[in-house]
Amino acid sequence: MHELGIVFHIVKTVENVAAGNQAEKVGKVVLQIGEVSTIIPSYLEDCWRWKCSKSEMMDGCELVIETIPAITFCEDCEETYSTVEHGKICPYCGSEHTYLIQGNEHQIKEIEVI
Amino acid sequence: MEDFKTIEVKRSIFEDNDADAQRLREELKAEKTFLLNLMSSPGAGKTTTLKRTIEALKGEMKIGVMEADIDSDVDARAISGTGVRAIQIHTGGMCHLDADMTRQGIREFGTEDLDFVVLENVGNLVCPAEFDTGSTKNAMILSVPEGDDKPLKYPLMFSICDVVLINKCDTLNVFDDFSKEAVKERILKLNPKAEVIFASAKTGEGFEKWIQWIRKEIREYQVL
Repeated sequence: MHELGIVFHIVKTVENVAAGNQAEKVGKVVLQIGEVSTIIPSYLEDCWRWKCSKSEMMDGCELVIETIPAITFCEDCEETYSTVEHGKICPYCGSEHTYLIQGNEHQIKEIEVI
Repeated sequence: MEDFKTIEVKRSIFEDNDADAQRLREELKAEKTFLLNLMSSPGAGKTTTLKRTIEALKGEMKIGVMEADIDSDVDARAISGTGVRAIQIHTGGMCHLDADMTRQGIREFGTEDLDFVVLENVGNLVCPAEFDTGSTKNAMILSVPEGDDKPLKYPLMFSICDVVLINKCDTLNVFDDFSKEAVKERILKLNPKAEVIFASAKTGEGFEKWIQWIRKEIREYQVL
């Protein structure tokens, strides 16, 4: 359940950004979460509702999660493939010389405030 | 319909904590206090390892221990028995410590006069790896009964550790499917700079190497 700790950090950052923009209320938060970022969106949503209910500025705030697909690049054959499906080994040439090019994101993209 | 305004944030969820951790690292550096973040699963032998480590080093440096747990003070009591200062931090249900909680613990504890502080993180291989505590170095204990496949299952944890102590090596004859070669290879693949030390906190096997690693790191830290 590390989503709880993550939600604490998101709420803290969002509250600071909102306060810095003289906002009174945050209506929506958009996150970009990579497929292999180890964050599970459904757990995040549960923690989100609970945590926001404790914050005057964020009570009832909508959470939108944009999932970023995980893609791995093979250094040997220079192909890219789905990380979730094939993991570390390149499905085209069997090489282990691969690295993740996207899918590990955990970013706050934007917020909506009044 | 209320008029909402969109603000572009584009910041990592961990950015605030990472910046806070870096500040704490600098504060500790100014005091010359070496903070070791010790992580493992529950039951890997953190407290037993710590007790033996304290016995070996308490004559040559001032040591303090911060025990982070969800609840109870059994670990802090066990450490108090060794004669060094110990404090228990309750995370209040949280599965890890972040830099802010670590700083609060450090300030409450008062570490200015200490050379070596060990932060015994919550027993867990997932979240403690994601939240930088502001420690000088990260250590992890993997015990033989947990299996040699753990680096494959918790890659992030192994990739952020400066040293991995493979504990309970006295049980290798029982857990004979645990391969020392395989575990070392898997760790180094994730983290080529990691030091891998095979030891047993129960028998003391391999401890010389572990103690030497700590001594060397602290010496370099205090000189630089």
